[in-house]
Amino acid sequence: MNKQYLVTTTGVLLIVIFVTSAIFYNSQKTSELTAEAQKNASALVRNYSPAMGNENAKVTIVEFFDPACGTCKNFYPFVKQLMAANPDKIKLVMRYTPLHRGSDEVVKILEAAHLQNKFWEILEETYATQSAWVKNHNAQPQILWKILTYSGLDIEKARKDVQNPDITQRIQQDISDANQLQVDKTPGFFVNGKPLVNFGYEQLQVLVENELRNNY
Amino acid sequence: MNDSPNKQPHTNIDSTWLLIFGCWLLATTGTLGSLFFSEIMGLKPCILCWYQRIFMYPLVIIFLLGLFPLDRSVFRYAFPLALIGLGFAVYHYLVYSGYIPENLQPCGKEASCAEINLELLGFITIPMLSILSYTAIIVLLLIFRNRTQA
Repeated sequence: MNKQYLVTTTGVLLIVIFVTSAIFYNSQKTSELTAEAQKNASALVRNYSPAMGNENAKVTIVEFFDPACGTCKNFYPFVKQLMAANPDKIKLVMRYTPLHRGSDEVVKILEAAHLQNKFWEILEETYATQSAWVKNHNAQPQILWKILTYSGLDIEKARKDVQNPDITQRIQQDISDANQLQVDKTPGFFVNGKPLVNFGYEQLQVLVENELRNNY
Repeated sequence: MNDSPNKQPHTNIDSTWLLIFGCWLLATTGTLGSLFFSEIMGLKPCILCWYQRIFMYPLVIIFLLGLFPLDRSVFRYAFPLALIGLGFAVYHYLVYSGYIPENLQPCGKEASCAEINLELLGFITIPMLSILSYTAIIVLLLIFRNRTQA
């Protein structure tokens, strides 16, 4: 056996082991998380959760999101595109997962907007202005409040509602559901209870398309 | 053709060459293993993990270059890196096992260095793996130096 041969074979072998274990680990993780999500189906969607799309759609995307998260912002138009491409077949449910510092206040504002039936408008406004109110990964709710002055939200009412213990409790519930479903990064997606383990636009699209094929 | 070590034909495997090959194997396994923990299993590397990575990853390239052709001076370049890496690994191990209090070590708020997030077979932790691979590399390098010094 010569030296180059030994080194090349070993290198290739190590990479093959790496890739194989990665595939194995991901499939284990997927089935583990799917089982967990099925066992705790109620943790996936709560009756108060903001939802968009046909109520009777057979494909439900649940997104655990943080309004201060840049990737969540980037995924939002993509998810809407997926829904637009399959009209009435997909429902989107949003769950609060405030991981950034200060985000807990921001999700309360969103939930206050939800009470005024303005969740989606305010979410879009919040994403659109994200760079203005997120500084160094710290959410600054007081800046967002100023931005939202002319957004059509009843600010006075919203200011009162964010103090409401019901809102705090909903957010606590979302956070504990996220923990139970092992969502530790945002956005965390579940499509009909199946988690998106291998993260990416394309992977999400494949997951959604599989569910569309299985249900329509 | 002369017989100086630098002109040795690549086909000839001898035991000194195998020592550096062993080092390369350890460094590569350590590199891929740490990437598996962080990229596949999603364990966030803490600051001390990063310092250990900084001194491990270049060894893959240094040892590979030292193998073709077998270069005696690979010891000079690799040994200091391995030694510093071992220092961080031992320090990390002490933090991990509680001999050094967590608030005295330089961890950011993102991932705690004292938090044990993986125990293979119930007792093998990541800093332990790091100490083992750095130590093995150092031992192989020292044997290599003794054999090539003559």
